[in-house]
Formats: sequence, C-alpha cells, structure tokens
Amino acid sequence: MEVKTASFGEKTSDKSVTVSGAEAVIKCLLEEGVETIYGYPGGAIMPVYDELYKYQDKLHHVLTRHEQGATHAAQGYARVTGKVGVAIATSGPGATNLVTGIADAQIDSTPMVCITGQVGSHLLGSDAFQETDIVGISTPITKWNYQITKAEEIPEIMAKAFYIAKSGRPGPVLVDITKDAQFASLEFSYKKCSGIRSYQPFPEVNLLEVERAAEVINNAKKPMIVWGQGVILGGAEEELKQVVEKSGIPAAWTILGLSALPTDHPLNVGMVGMHGNYGPNILTNECDVLIAIGMRFDDRVTGNLEHYAKQAKVVHFEIDPAEINKNVHADYPVLGDVKQTLKILQELLNENKHEAWHQQFKEMYKTEYEKVIKGNMDPTKPKIGMGEVLQEINNCSKGDAIIVSDVGQHQMVACRYAKFNKTRSNVTSGGLGTMGFALPAAIGAKMGCPDRDVVAVIGDGGYQMTIQELGTIFQTKVPVKIVILNNGFLGMVRQWQQMFFDRRYASTEMTNPDFVTIAKGYHIKTGQVTERSQLKDAVQEMMECDEAFFLEVKVEQEENVFPMIPTGAAVSEILLE
Amino acid sequence: MEKKNYTVSIYTENNLGLLSRIAAIFLKRHINIESITASPSEVNEVMRFIIVVKVTEAQIKKIVGQIEKQIEVIKAFYHTDEETIYQETALYKIRSEDFLDDHNIQDFIKETNARIVTVTKKFFVIEKTGKRGEVDALYDKLKPYGLMQFVRSGTIAVTKNEMPISGILEKFNTTNSIS
Repeated sequence: MEVKTASFGEKTSDKSVTVSGAEAVIKCLLEEGVETIYGYPGGAIMPVYDELYKYQDKLHHVLTRHEQGATHAAQGYARVTGKVGVAIATSGPGATNLVTGIADAQIDSTPMVCITGQVGSHLLGSDAFQETDIVGISTPITKWNYQITKAEEIPEIMAKAFYIAKSGRPGPVLVDITKDAQFASLEFSYKKCSGIRSYQPFPEVNLLEVERAAEVINNAKKPMIVWGQGVILGGAEEELKQVVEKSGIPAAWTILGLSALPTDHPLNVGMVGMHGNYGPNILTNECDVLIAIGMRFDDRVTGNLEHYAKQAKVVHFEIDPAEINKNVHADYPVLGDVKQTLKILQELLNENKHEAWHQQFKEMYKTEYEKVIKGNMDPTKPKIGMGEVLQEINNCSKGDAIIVSDVGQHQMVACRYAKFNKTRSNVTSGGLGTMGFALPAAIGAKMGCPDRDVVAVIGDGGYQMTIQELGTIFQTKVPVKIVILNNGFLGMVRQWQQMFFDRRYASTEMTNPDFVTIAKGYHIKTGQVTERSQLKDAVQEMMECDEAFFLEVKVEQEENVFPMIPTGAAVSEILLE
Repeated sequence: MEKKNYTVSIYTENNLGLLSRIAAIFLKRHINIESITASPSEVNEVMRFIIVVKVTEAQIKKIVGQIEKQIEVIKAFYHTDEETIYQETALYKIRSEDFLDDHNIQDFIKETNARIVTVTKKFFVIEKTGKRGEVDALYDKLKPYGLMQFVRSGTIAVTKNEMPISGILEKFNTTNSIS
C-alpha cells in the first residue's frame, strides 16, 4: 500500500533481522512499549501465539475466557494508564467476538489496537473455515483498520496502528493479518510513526478563538463549566483545575469526565445528564455562559436539545472538529488540544469568585440531599440501598480506589456517590452502555495499576454477561474486588417499566444462581451481605484482602435512581422523585 | 431546512476499503447516495470521490465533518449545484433497424448534441454528456423505440472556487520528514 507517513528521527531498532511475520508482530508490540496483552488463541492466529510462547518473559499475555473480555480488559487497562490497550484474537468468531468492545472503545474514545488472525490470503473470499470479513464488519466502529496480506507490511502498519489509536482523539484500530503473512519472513526494522499526511490529530490552536472565549467568560455573570473525558484524554486535569480555581466557575462533569477533578473540590458541582445532580442540570438552563470542555453533548447529557441552554452563550473547547456544532451550536468554538487551550485560557481569565451564583448550586444540592440523597443513604429503610454500599466503599478507600462500574442503576449510583481523589479512577462504559463491561475491564484496570485498589461494582444482570472472566481472575490471581449489587432485576429497565410502561415488568426479573457458590468454584474468596448490620465489616474485609474478593450484596429490589430527566424532557425538567 | 443536492468532493489516499468507510457514514445516517464516482485527481497519487446526496445543509456539514475525520481523507468539501460545473455521461444502445428506419432518432441526436460512438449491423451506441435533465430528456425520447440498454454515469464535478489540496499536502511535507 501507499502510506504517506512520517517517522521519528531515528529508527528505534536499526539493525534489520530476518523474522517471521508472527515474530514481527510481537517485536512491534515490544517496540511500542506494550507489556500486557489480552487475547484468546485459535487457528488463524496460532503462528503469533507460538511466538508469544517464546517471548513470554517479555510480553505478558492474559488468556481471557471470551474475546469480548479481552477487549474490555484492554479498555480497562487503557483507561487507567493512558496507554494503548491491546487485544488479540483469531479469525471468524474470535474476531466477531471483539465487535462489542471495539464499538465501546470507539464511542468512548479509548486507545486500543486489536489484532486478528485471518485465513490465508489465497482463501480470502472462499468462505473458508472461520473466515469472516472483519475489516468490513469493523469499518464503521474503528478509527482505522487494515488487512495485512504480506509480512513486510507488518512493521509499518503496526506503527501506524499505534500512532492512530493514541493520537488526537483516541480510538480503536483493528489490524487483520492473514495466516500466510504470519508465516512468511521479512527483514524487520522498526520506526515509530509520527505523522500521516491525511490526518491532523492535533489541530493548530487559533489564539483569537481562545481570546474571544476568555472575553466572554470574563464578562459572564453566571458561567458554568461542563467538562468531559477530553480533559482526561488530553492529560489536562491540572489545567482544568487552574481554570476553575482562578475563575471561580462552578464545574460539572459528564460520566466519562468523572475523577478529572477531585470529588471534594469546592467548585466541583457534580454530574450533568439523565441521572446527574439536580443543581447542574437545572442551572444549565439558567447560566449565561456554558463552557463545554472536551465533551460532545451526548443526548443523555442534554435531554431535549430544543430546550438545552438556549439562554446561554456556548463556548466549546474540543479537539475533534466534527464535534463542534454537531449537537449544540457553539457560539465560541475553540478547536484544539484542551491541554494547550486551557493553559492559554487560564492566563487570560480574570480572578473571580461568583459567590452568589455558586450559592445557587449549594441551595439546589440541599434540595437534592433532602429529596434524594438522604433517602438513598437512610439506614432505617428495611433493605440496603445501593448508595449505602458505595458509601461503605468510600469509607474504606478514602477516595483512592479505582471504581469500575457496569451499566444500569448501580452504574448511576456508583458515579453519583463514589468518591475520587485521583484522575483516571472512574472506568465505565459511557456511550455504548455495554452491560458486561465491568468485570473484564476491572481485570485490565488492576493490571494497569497494580498498586491501587480496583473495585468493580456490577449489577446481577451485567455480571452474568461476562461472568466467565472469573476464570481469568482465578488463573492470573489478579486481586480485583468484585461487588455485586443484587436486586434480582434488570433494574434500570425495570425502573423505566415502572415509570413509563405501567409497571409491566416484561422480562426484567431474574432468577439468579448462587453467585457465592459460583465464585467459590473459581476459588475466589467470598462474602455475602443480606442484612445492613453485615455491610460495614464485609466491605472492610474485602478492601483489606490482598487477593481477589467477591462480595454479593442483596439490595432493595425496587429502588429507583433519581434525579432523572425523562427521555424527551429538558434538563430543567429533571425529576427528584 | 430545505433538502437539496449537494456535491461532496473528497480528496483521499488511494486505499482499499476507504469507499466502504465513506459509504458507511451515509448508511449510518440513513441517507441515500444519489451518485458516486471515484477517480484520480489533479494531485499525484491522490484520489477524488464525487458523491451527490440530497440532504439539508445542516446534515451535509456534519457528514463532511465525519468524512474528514477518516484517517485517509485529506480534505472534503461540499457544494451546491450553483457552485459547481457538473456533468453526467450516458450510453444508449438501440437497434440499428430502429435507427435507420426512423429519422426522428437521427434528429434527436443532432438536436441534443449526442454522439454516435459505435455502429454495427445490429446496434448503434449513442453517447450523451450533459446535465441530468439533458441526459434524461434524450432517454425519454429514445425509450419508445425500445432501448436495448441504457446506463448513466455518476455526476462528475469541478468547483468554481479553488480547492487547496496541494497546499495542505505541502504543509505536511515541510513539517514532517516523509518516509
């Protein structure tokens, strides 16, 4: 192929050596600094696995129990480390099993490289055994993908894959390698990619745009910041903090922006969106300047766009030009890497306190506390609430743990109540809403940050979608903490059925197995909480355990998550009950 | 907002799979592609796609943004019919006996500036290049005689304004060492 790429000055490995395509794949991974990969072997990827056997002291391969688990583990690893996660699978079903994780990484901008084996190039298109057009299938859900049919293409394509996955707005890349290309030999030398002529990952900052934004922010009476994952992906947490502290502007976060600023920061006013906090949602429709930073105005954030922040001037700091004016018109777009643009902005901002405005957030928090939070944490209710479990985890973690949540009610509760001191500590499936994400993602997160506590908070529904990854935990002894909030329902769907479908609980009640026995079958330490009186000690035992630990908490079956913006409603129409 | 024809011009690297990547952007939004062509462009080794779709301006702006985001797309532009010079080509295959027996057909060809490209004992092939309406008008006239075959190309278009592709590529070349 014709690749118009640029490379870093010196070749990282200058001496060319003759190796097989399969060995070249491993050498490329090592050149890119990859230490851990997640995958599952099979026919078309066997040459690469054979090389992995030889390189096992240099490259740690984690055998997941399903290829989907490999992608989510790679995502968890990438989300906590900022490095590129790597997943590897065989052709056909191995490759198609990656699809959910790839789609999840695409919508949540997670840097990931997936490597798939493919049938021999002479068999392409013959409907050979385990042949699937994974390049065709993955096209709409990858940032880039490519099929390698010649061994000599491997170094350049792998370098390009890693560069594309992690640069600019990150995303998943899939490289499909035919079996004959894995067997064939090539002269191997490696050069990291540093540019592609048709791809501008870091748009040039236009100083005028930042100056205009600063002016409108300086003149604002009731400004509000909503930041997203772009702050974390750009490594701009410190820049955000300085902007917030200097300007005194209340700052709210999207679900994926969570943990970029500590929970306790006085100007952190909570989450926006469907189950976000009352104040930031109501006040989105009262602020005079809305400053969006590294976020994309997802429909779960904005509610009805016809009634979203219509009174406000919108300033949008964003690296991806396609996101500007996509959902919400930006009166003052600022294109660029937020690490750069926020730094310039900070210098241009006036010091301010916005005390009266901030007081409005505090008043609304009081309302939310009285109507929602107090009830969520009420120790006199007959059954344990999900919020109480998060509170116990906070008591033990002091905000230092990585919390990995799955999808559903428990996810909203975890994001609302988990306490964070450090960035890159909240790992969840935001855009795609992938049930089954958390258990494998927690494995990757713990391997990426072995010195930190990793607690997976999962519902009984999502847990059973990737429960087989208990096998991975058993085999690798990765010490993750798993908390199942068991309400015997697909709780979020049940809540919608209760509110919008006249309590017709169609297929949401689950007859669950004995989760503790299952965990014991994998020789994982277990605990179970059925009464509130057991909760504190059980959570403490889990957090203090230096091995993997499974804790099942039987929670109230029909708890609902509030506040809530019903579909089609405006953010200011958020319900407290 | 009113829907109208937009011509999207996309300058790209010549890569396998890019056509389906671009087509997928329209498919994801349930938008029908009216016509599509791909060919080399004025720049060495750079391909040019011309895609015509009927959408609103708000839609086309977002679509072009998504197209430009694709790694191998160098630059994409959108234009209205007024901003482009555009043409289509059609081929009409008719029976030689119809052609020779009916002077009307010969008149149609003269009137519409169509061209005879092939003559055999059994059939004539007529070529007409022009705007969609002109191509369709000749089709309507020849149809009653029983067209043996008819085919029309996608729209090809050049813009009245400059499209600064070479500049974009030069900028990359000067800031990066190409390997």
